[in-house]
Amino acid sequence: MSSTDKNQTVSSEAAPDSVTPEPEIHDSPPSTTSGWAVFMFFMIGFVGSLLSGWILFPELLYSKKEQPIDFNHAIHLDLVYDGCNSCHYFRDDGTFAGVPGMDSCVDCHMDVMTGAPEEVKFVDEYVTPGIEVPWLIYSEQPDCVFFSHSAHVIGADMSCESCHGDIGTSTHLPVYQENRLTGYSRDIWGHSISRLGKPEPGEPKPMKMNDCADCHLEKMGHKGACFQCHK
Amino acid sequence: MKENNNHSNAKRYGMVIDLDKCTGCGSCMVACYSENNVPFKTDETNKLDSLNWIRVYKISNNKPYPHSEVCYLPMPCMQCDGIGKHGHSPCVSVCPAVATDYDYSTGIVSQIYTRCFGCRYCMAACPYHARKFNWWDPVWPADMEKYLSPNVSARMRGVVEKCSFCFHRYQLARDKAYLEKRQELAEDEYQTACAQGCPTGAITFGDLNNKSHAVYKLKKSPTAFRLLERLETNPKVYYLSSKSWVRRAGDNYLAHEETEKINNKVKEPYEAKEHL
Ligand code: HEC
Ligand code: HEC
Ligand code: HEC
Ligand code: HEC
Ligand code: HEC
Repeated sequence: MSSTDKNQTVSSEAAPDSVTPEPEIHDSPPSTTSGWAVFMFFMIGFVGSLLSGWILFPELLYSKKEQPIDFNHAIHLDLVYDGCNSCHYFRDDGTFAGVPGMDSCVDCHMDVMTGAPEEVKFVDEYVTPGIEVPWLIYSEQPDCVFFSHSAHVIGADMSCESCHGDIGTSTHLPVYQENRLTGYSRDIWGHSISRLGKPEPGEPKPMKMNDCADCHLEKMGHKGACFQCHK
Repeated sequence: MKENNNHSNAKRYGMVIDLDKCTGCGSCMVACYSENNVPFKTDETNKLDSLNWIRVYKISNNKPYPHSEVCYLPMPCMQCDGIGKHGHSPCVSVCPAVATDYDYSTGIVSQIYTRCFGCRYCMAACPYHARKFNWWDPVWPADMEKYLSPNVSARMRGVVEKCSFCFHRYQLARDKAYLEKRQELAEDEYQTACAQGCPTGAITFGDLNNKSHAVYKLKKSPTAFRLLERLETNPKVYYLSSKSWVRRAGDNYLAHEETEKINNKVKEPYEAKEHL
């Protein structure tokens, strides 16, 4: 820095001193009532922004969608031969079939059996015309993610509930919530907006990248390379 | 700990390409394009901006007619890991976004397209031109979008991509192994598309550390060499050629330097490292 620069800095620092206004003289000491008013005003704003952050924001962020058919897991579990496997099975090449296709249903649902409204809708709109049900997938990860059910269910002997919650024994499918910004399901982030604490029993586990990595770190001693979970 | 993945031993997947068998037909490139959703254009004459994860180069000995010879050189990503500093690949160490990392369990260098923001440092750092940049969004011919592989993420404009040794095939093979309660994969369960697409069998793929895999023996053959070995990138792609001019083309040598002597001298320390 050149000497002229220095001089300028010094003078500019000195300048405010010379023009500093005299301290304001209060006629009376500051009143406590106006202090309270400021505090209340602040608190109202503070609580208001908290409320909008915790309650309004999640409402705005997620749009709600109904599943095409309200599938009832509980009544089917008694009817099928092989529990979850009858519909959610592993193919011989190790991949997981995921949500079942129509072939898992038609054996029983060629015709309406009980006349329950959901069943009538299912048979009329999907089975008879032969259309696959466009299920919304709560746990669906972004396209770039590779997830292996066989590694967790067979390799690590984990139960479906430990990740998905108790949807497998539920009588109604929950409402699907889609993040309006990213288009991903709310289950990925988790139902608690702050992500503090553990999910309620029966609720699905949040499955952001760090949630996967935290468990891997705990169980395998390292978070794994990118290509373990990405493709 | 870091080098171990779950219960299976750390692998060092690599390739041995026999240049005497390569006819330059380009089947490996075609196999790779269709396997990995690599975008292409109707006009690929400008090779500078065509994307390919494996490219067949043509080299010649630059001699006049009766002595002139050419050799075709398929070049995928070399999956370098550096000497000593295991995992110190040129591209990985420069990426400011950690969009590419070195997988200690397989020895494969990843590329995560959603993380990459296209600065192209890795392309500048790569001595092998293995990395390609998407200047445009891919345009697929009518309906082809439906035939893209769901096992490989599609890329978009503005990101770098490169050969992954068909890593998704490893993931799927692991899936099957888990189902059958096995820890280890057989040699033929994980093969790259180019190795399988090669009609003359010039490309051999496998675990360089595994004594029962074909590549283990092939890489030790006296005619084996690697490209730019003296940069100490420790590439995992080996080449075989019976012609000494081809082996000499694998690196930059001064006129007085003898290829074989240097090759053998450089190779020794690598060999030692591989068995750590
Ligand atoms: C009769 C067939 C059937 C059986 C048996 C069955 N399910 Fe399902 N399951 C379905 C259908 C249909 C859906 C699609 C609804 C959806 O998209 O969520 C589904 C969805 C699910 C999902 C939600 C996936 C997601 O992310 O959207 C989970 C988790 C699940 N089932 C677990 C189980 C478990 C655990 C069992 C055994 C206790 C079981 N299911 C038994 C048919 C079945
Ligand atoms: C083993 C035979 C069987 C299979 C397989 C089966 N269902 Fe059912 N399903 C039934 C029977 C029986 C009922 C009537 C149960 C009752 O009301 O007590 C039923 C009822 C239903 C209902 C009406 C539920 C309600 O709320 O009353 C729907 C919707 C339905 N099934 C959809 C499906 C779908 C989708 C699949 C394929 C994933 C499927 N079912 C597979 C036997 C089966
Ligand atoms: C380690 C946690 C974990 C366990 C354990 C687990 N899942 Fe999943 N599941 C996931 C994740 C993550 C996805 C999303 C995968 C994706 O989108 O690539 C998923 C997806 C699904 C889907 C939808 C797949 C689709 O795209 O069609 C179904 C159905 C499902 N799981 C059922 C089950 C059942 C049944 C079990 C028990 C046998 C189970 N899951 C065990 C984490 C788990
Ligand atoms: C609650 C613990 C837990 C969670 C959550 C979890 N994993 Fe895992 N994962 C494991 C364990 C344990 C293994 C090792 C299985 C083995 O090798 O026996 C594993 C293995 C894997 C593998 C196979 C690795 C290989 O070597 O082939 C992949 C891929 C994987 N996990 C992806 C994911 C992804 C993606 C998520 C998040 C969506 C996830 N995991 C969430 C515990 C977990
Ligand atoms: C343990 C498994 C796991 C590992 C290891 C992992 N990821 Fe992820 N990654 C995920 C999952 C699951 C998601 C999707 C959920 C989310 O958005 O967090 C994700 C999402 C991402 C996304 C956002 C993609 C999108 O479309 O929203 C980027 C970028 C990313 N990962 C980069 C990386 C990079 C770079 C590495 C290596 C340094 C890496 N990941 C390693 C599991 C993993």
